[in-house]
Amino acid sequence: MSRLGAFGARLYRGEVGYDFVGKRKIWYGISILITITAIVGLAVRGLNMGIEFKGGAVFTIQHTTTSVAKAQTDTEAAAPGHEVVVQKLGSDGLRIQVSDLNPQNSAAVTTELSKDLNVPESKIAADLVGPSWGESVANKAWTGLGIFLVLVVIYLAIAFEWRMAVAALVALIHDLTITVGVYALVGFEVTPGTVIGLLTILGYSLYDTVVVFDSLKEQSKGITKQSRWTFSEVANRSINGTLVRSINTTVVALLPVAGLLFIGGGLLGAGTLNDISLALFVGLAAGAYSSIFIATPLVADLKESEPQMKALKKRVFAKRAAAAAKGESIEQTDYGTDDDAPADDDPAGATPAAAGSVNGPRSRNRNNGRPSGRRR
Amino acid sequence: MAAPNKGRRQAGRGKPGRTLTLFLIVMVALTGGMFWSGHVTPRLGIDLAGGTSITLEAKNTPGKPNAINKTNMDTAVSIIDRRVNGLGVSEAEVQTQGSKNIIVNIPKGTNEKQARDQVGQTAQLYFRPVLTVAAGGPTAPQPSGSPSASPSGSPSGSPSGKPSAESSAGTSGDKASPSSSATTQGRAVTGALKKAPSPTPTPGATDPSAPASPPAATPPPDPATAALQKKFENLNCTSKAQRTTVNQSSAPKDTIVACGQDSDKQWAKYVLGPAELEGTDVSKSKGVLDPQRGMWIVTLDFTGGGTKKFQSITTKLSKQQQPMNQFAIVLDGNVVSAPSVSQTLGASAEISGSFTQQSAQDLANVLSYGALPLSFKEESVSTVTAALGTEQLQAGLIAGAIGLALVIIYLVAYYRGLSLIALLSLLTSGILTYVIMSLLGPGIGFALNLPAVCGAIVAIGITADSFIVYFERIRDEIREGRTLRPAVERAWPRARRTVLVSDFVSFLAAAVLFLVTVGKVQGFAFTLGLTTILDVVVVFFFTKPVMTLLARTKFFSSGSPWSGLDPKRLGAKPPLRRSRRTGGPTDHPKEA
Repeated sequence: MSRLGAFGARLYRGEVGYDFVGKRKIWYGISILITITAIVGLAVRGLNMGIEFKGGAVFTIQHTTTSVAKAQTDTEAAAPGHEVVVQKLGSDGLRIQVSDLNPQNSAAVTTELSKDLNVPESKIAADLVGPSWGESVANKAWTGLGIFLVLVVIYLAIAFEWRMAVAALVALIHDLTITVGVYALVGFEVTPGTVIGLLTILGYSLYDTVVVFDSLKEQSKGITKQSRWTFSEVANRSINGTLVRSINTTVVALLPVAGLLFIGGGLLGAGTLNDISLALFVGLAAGAYSSIFIATPLVADLKESEPQMKALKKRVFAKRAAAAAKGESIEQTDYGTDDDAPADDDPAGATPAAAGSVNGPRSRNRNNGRPSGRRR
Repeated sequence: MAAPNKGRRQAGRGKPGRTLTLFLIVMVALTGGMFWSGHVTPRLGIDLAGGTSITLEAKNTPGKPNAINKTNMDTAVSIIDRRVNGLGVSEAEVQTQGSKNIIVNIPKGTNEKQARDQVGQTAQLYFRPVLTVAAGGPTAPQPSGSPSASPSGSPSGSPSGKPSAESSAGTSGDKASPSSSATTQGRAVTGALKKAPSPTPTPGATDPSAPASPPAATPPPDPATAALQKKFENLNCTSKAQRTTVNQSSAPKDTIVACGQDSDKQWAKYVLGPAELEGTDVSKSKGVLDPQRGMWIVTLDFTGGGTKKFQSITTKLSKQQQPMNQFAIVLDGNVVSAPSVSQTLGASAEISGSFTQQSAQDLANVLSYGALPLSFKEESVSTVTAALGTEQLQAGLIAGAIGLALVIIYLVAYYRGLSLIALLSLLTSGILTYVIMSLLGPGIGFALNLPAVCGAIVAIGITADSFIVYFERIRDEIREGRTLRPAVERAWPRARRTVLVSDFVSFLAAAVLFLVTVGKVQGFAFTLGLTTILDVVVVFFFTKPVMTLLARTKFFSSGSPWSGLDPKRLGAKPPLRRSRRTGGPTDHPKEA
């Protein structure tokens, strides 16, 4: 594991690094492709709405030896004309869903089932759902989503700046679209549990984004006062610098969810646990992806359109051109360059945060993100 | 960058030991409180513990054939929901089913009965004038020590042949004639009871001297009245079946007999006039503590139309004598309260009497939310078995344990010794979550349901995230070439900001979810919000001080390879070092 630690160190120093921002067009393209696929999937296949949204009955029978196939045929006979889904529940339970069954008829179906499956009626837990429950959950979910998005944009705009808020918003919508798209394409059932999971992604997907933005905010402080790096380069360094952190937080977040999904769900078959964790799993993965590949490059794009950033870019390129003309070897990318600089006697005083450092003079020209113009 | 410096002074130069001790004391206190209160496990939601599911069916009211529609059903749902969930996160779900049913799911728990009672009351609310009052038994044979029940002699025999000693309660002989001259049965009956003298909201029964049944001397003016009188005589309010069936078929305009219970749980029976006001005429009601009198009262505000009606009813009533100066608040056919009126009242009124906080608030609740647009019948009450829930809970816990184990393995593998702090923090966070959840059960009616379990498991990730942010910061500082102790201090302000910012976003999501949604979603959001707050608390008051303390130990500060903070392994540049070009390759790949 320390391999990753060392890798992290090299990322941190910028010895290695991936040009996320530079290659953003590729990622935008991929994301647009995924989004289109999701939308098409949604339009063509639609969502497989659960019984909670359509209305119907769920009969739960525990400790029965009846096979799924037999229960299927028996239920279909008991409730002709209704869509019947039978699932195994645990080791010896059955979950029978009957769509569009109104409560009046359900009693008859229960009786019928009890006869056919040879289970006392009292052992059949009948859960009858009218279509309004899921509808109200969904409506409230939409309201919640709207309110949350507005609040989060306001908050991010205050805590960071509006460009980051916009980028985070885009990334968030992107995550939600992907998650919904996966549901449409794979045909997973959408239940209130799914809605819960989907709404949770909201907060979680932003977590990684906020961590990257936080680092970006710090590193881009006073960026206009130097002429070494463009904003995009700094942004890219932020992503790389926080990459290990992002990977770790995502892995750590995904592990319990995966536990829920594969173990909790595996033990029980369909159920609330599965519904929530499935949505979370897809959403978390999408969230990690979008914070690295979409949100930050987007901020860079937005930022680069600012006049002062354009000016900065010009200055940086001019300086590099001049340096190149002088025959000095300056790499176009910032990372991996300053570490091999022989002159690390720059006291790094320009590093704002290092001002109070105990071993300040020791603090060499580590590119801890502060574009300090300390080199030459 | 003033903040980090300031922060460092606070957190670092401060006394980590003291912070930690304080935190541990608080934790022990909370845990102790949990054991002391006896609520050592979180209350489980209906999907985990089983519970009661009530199906209510809307009844057609005479004269309102189209009352059962979507709007009215939705109103009814929200009213019942507010009633049942009035105590906080009690996790009761109220939902419509089909076109005329409402389902109320109440988890097994401390307030199950109370909630059920309140659901059971989901009927129409009327204000009716009181015509007469008597103790609750069929013939009110209260052989209590009531002096008035002593054989004072009955002026007239009771036609039903009941013992007459109590029939007139010794208070009535002199009033026999007015009662017979009265035009309505109610008046006739009441006349005999003129002295039933309790000014409290539930007069009849608070005073055992009042027991009486209508004097038989009164000639029944017409068969209907006679029937009513007979009904009144035979009504036995101590029988639940009779209470619920006594006026099930009555219309608001009828004169009815009804039962009521006073604060001493004594039953009284009433004859009540036609409804003068409906529950919908009440706009607001609150149970408040009157600071001047130091007693609990119930305030009432009426709507425009209600005000007018209430004015006229109080004008009439205030001129009457006891007990006919009372109006009965009738819910579901039962008298909830019967305050007496002494003056004409307008847009607002208050009811005073021997209320406790609970009873005042209960009455206010009934008044506020009793105004259902429909009346309902409890169609079925079924108890959900906990078997399925238990299995789900087990699966959830197993999944959570495995998820936690995976996280721990990952943390240990990646952070080595440092993971010790993460594990301790996770443990602390876990204990705190459990204790607070247990305490919130009785506190605000929090019920742990399956989504909440999910939320708690997901929160493992959130909590671990904060440590990762901090640890990575420390490692970054070490890579800068700092030694551990300054690194720990320098990393903190920045990690702190990141943790706060991202936790705030998480909390915002949870809070919005909690406020906007209902039922299960709310339980999940609550857990998420709670664990996010606890995360901040733990990171600030536990992880950081522990980190500071451990940074002083030799194991960590020496950068042992197993500490997870080995500068070499982290790729820190030693203070004096050759240039990277030559140093790098030998350093890193080897140890990596």
